[in-house]
Amino acid sequence: MLTLDDLREIMTTCGVEDGVDLYADITDVPMEDLGYDSLARLQIAALIKDRTAVAIADDKVLELETPRELLDFVNAPVGVA
Amino acid sequence: MTVVVTGLGVVAPTGADVEEYWANTLRGVSGIRPISRFDASTYQLRLAGEVVGFTATDHMSSRLTVQTDRWTHFGMVAAEEALKDAAALPLADTGISDYELAVVTASSSAGNEFGQGELGSLWSRGPQHVTTFQSIAWFYAATTGQISIRHGMRGPCGVLVSEQAGGLDAVGHARRVLRAGARLVVAGGGEAPLSPYAVVCQQANGLLSTGADPATGYLPFAADASGYVPGEGAGMAILEDEESARSRGVSRVYGRIAGYAATFDPRPDSGRGPTLGRAARLALADAGVDVTEVDAVFADAGGTPELDAAESAALRELFGPRGVPVTAPKVTTGRLYAGGGALDLVTALLAIRDQVIPPTPRVHPAAEHGLDLVGEQPRPARLRTVLVLARGFGGFNSAVVVTAP
Repeated sequence: MLTLDDLREIMTTCGVEDGVDLYADITDVPMEDLGYDSLARLQIAALIKDRTAVAIADDKVLELETPRELLDFVNAPVGVA
Repeated sequence: MTVVVTGLGVVAPTGADVEEYWANTLRGVSGIRPISRFDASTYQLRLAGEVVGFTATDHMSSRLTVQTDRWTHFGMVAAEEALKDAAALPLADTGISDYELAVVTASSSAGNEFGQGELGSLWSRGPQHVTTFQSIAWFYAATTGQISIRHGMRGPCGVLVSEQAGGLDAVGHARRVLRAGARLVVAGGGEAPLSPYAVVCQQANGLLSTGADPATGYLPFAADASGYVPGEGAGMAILEDEESARSRGVSRVYGRIAGYAATFDPRPDSGRGPTLGRAARLALADAGVDVTEVDAVFADAGGTPELDAAESAALRELFGPRGVPVTAPKVTTGRLYAGGGALDLVTALLAIRDQVIPPTPRVHPAAEHGLDLVGEQPRPARLRTVLVLARGFGGFNSAVVVTAP
């Protein structure tokens, strides 16, 4: 189980863009708008895997555009995702 | 085409910006001190010109700092200062197309510290812990790329790798880029060579000072010269075609890049000597300047008896014994590798601005060098033409001639 706060911690270790508050309501804000380009999103996926053992394929992670989509994918019951 | 310098930027062991660096340079303040960034007690190298009190996140977001090396932080900060100094920020207001804006920097060892951190993760925690950012942080073009991205400069960008000669080679290449149609170039270089891994690499060259006393660690041209001390930081300059600069309303010009040349030394066992003097002569010819017109020389100041002898011989051959004032303000910062020539160029332009040759504190040159070295005190002088020299380990020699606007 990955919570939004877990994801916020992971995102923080990847750095925070000026003017972005990760503790605001970011659930549906596109990752690009939060300052995370494709490389940063691959790194976020690597850190998610380290924490949850859920692997997200490189091309898949770039399709998951918002924190909500990321969390839904990671937390989906095994076999459903 | 006349290439002029319209802005300067510096991060140095002796100053966080151009004016602080220049004031300390004129006062002879040294930034060389015992290494404090890591425990260097078991290393041959004990001294360095460290940039202390630099916090990258004061200048850019943590999103950027976590994916870039300290060397890139220095370069980005110096580039931004130079662009501001040239009244070129925001660049969109200059009226220059993105594709006529270029970045050309030099790097000698790139993102050492970042790479060391990733290697540490690899061997202590496993390959899955190497971050994706390693792919963009370590390599030589990273600083050029990040400056380009930050300011939307989409013209012909590049990076030069020729050790300490690189900072001048970047200026030479920036001039080519302007001649090919670019209108404004960020040109210069930087280095952050003071991580343990980087120091181990440098120790292999056998040229480093092993002294522990900051006052005597780096004394080029002295009878007891015993190697150089490395330093970290960056120097950047904004180069523009003079007409283009005037057309966008620039009124303050530091000087002209009048000449540039580079040579590469023959093999040491060839029986033919080093070619620093030829680089200087070619740069003067490129500038259309006679040796008698040179008002001051910024020496490479290698700091070993052999390197110093080669440089002083080249200067005597060009100018005659004690034929021109020579200075080496880098004794207060250490050698910044790719940042070194760039910092010297910035310093030479400030010297022209203020009509004063900065000092070479604590160095008493051996008589056999035949140098008129500007020693403890700055020397007021009529400065119209200044020659800047740089040598890179492995045989690189570069020379730039700058003239007053």
